[in-house]
Amino acid sequence: MKNVKVLGTGCANCRNTLALVASVAAEKGVSIALEKIEDLPTIMSYGLLSTPGVVIDGKVVHAGGVPARSKVEAWF
Amino acid sequence: MKTTTPSPNAHPLPSLRWLAGISLATLLWLSAYSQLETLADLLLAAQGLSRQTAAGEALHFFFYDTPKVMLLLTGVVFVMGIVQTFFVPERTRALLAGRRLGLGNVLAATLGIVTPFCSCSAVPLFIGFLAAGVPLGVTFSFLIAAPMINEVALVLLFGMFGWKVAALYLSLGLAVAILAGLLIGQLGMEQHLEDWVQPLRNGQRAEFAGATPTWIERCEAGLAHVRSIVGKVWPYILAGIALGAGIHGYVPEAFMASFMGRDVWWAVPAAVLLGVPMYANAAGIIPVVEALIGKGAALGTVLAFMMSVIALSAPEMIILRKVLKPRLIATFAGIVALGILLVGYVFNLVL
Repeated sequence: MKNVKVLGTGCANCRNTLALVASVAAEKGVSIALEKIEDLPTIMSYGLLSTPGVVIDGKVVHAGGVPARSKVEAWF
Repeated sequence: MKTTTPSPNAHPLPSLRWLAGISLATLLWLSAYSQLETLADLLLAAQGLSRQTAAGEALHFFFYDTPKVMLLLTGVVFVMGIVQTFFVPERTRALLAGRRLGLGNVLAATLGIVTPFCSCSAVPLFIGFLAAGVPLGVTFSFLIAAPMINEVALVLLFGMFGWKVAALYLSLGLAVAILAGLLIGQLGMEQHLEDWVQPLRNGQRAEFAGATPTWIERCEAGLAHVRSIVGKVWPYILAGIALGAGIHGYVPEAFMASFMGRDVWWAVPAAVLLGVPMYANAAGIIPVVEALIGKGAALGTVLAFMMSVIALSAPEMIILRKVLKPRLIATFAGIVALGILLVGYVFNLVL
């Protein structure tokens, strides 16, 4: 099971990213532990410069803007 | 509107397809842009109206300005989307790390124009810059320039007032960002960052290790930029132009001069104060602004209002409050407001 974290302070793009990740994972039948991180110090500890960011199993795979659907599909 | 999607099977090579699509779109764009007046006249004639009546004048304004602004916006936003792929935030940070006050502020403000920026990323960006050793004052120059001088504002100013006003806005906006950042840097307010930010300063190294995108990816980014920006602002632009058209046709000449003219000394500060709590994009405001100016409002007053609306917004202050203590926020807002005030007065004096 993959551990997926969406990092963002709660803007529209962050919510869209969360929904996109959830829907792609469900479509592909991959079970993930999805988590939303809104705490700024925690977000900053991943060292990204723009939000929303996506972290899979502790690795930052995306930062800044809603990722393209094809990009999300490649993660699972 | 510009379309860059030729039929998918026309050419086997995607790069050829892009080239053909962009050439075709450019051609269409140029021919449409050169026929704006004719189009507006035709549309007006189709309504059975003439420009002599108030309704006709208002409609003509709407028919002429809407396609013009939309064409300009689509073209410029597409190009900006491509330019932005050269200046991702990580790269901008690497360029700014270790710079000193002075030249660093000039560079930061300039990069603020071309680096993609969304106000919801203001805090991560702010901390990321500080963490990489970008000085506080330089970081502020970036943070002020990025929202204030955006392509939508410049396009609209260019489309409605000509290149001189757009250039003045660009250079004065840069000047405000550079000087405000310099001043904040000189004040040495590093201790007014929130406590949890302090240990993060000068922590990370700033290397840029992103993959270089191909030209096709850059063009795709340009198209995506058009979709997200134009897709988002067009209702505001339509509403703004419609309102502007109404003012254009119906509000009497020189009506605004009485309280927004250049002889009214308190107009500029009032405009700045009025602008702070407003959170709108430049898109919806400028068409209204044009109509106001047509009726005698002073350009400096109106530009000060616009800068204040987009550079000093209450929601951004609330976001920044998470990393800045009240004194630093107040200093930041105060210095920028003062700068905008000066810009307003200078504009009113010069023009």
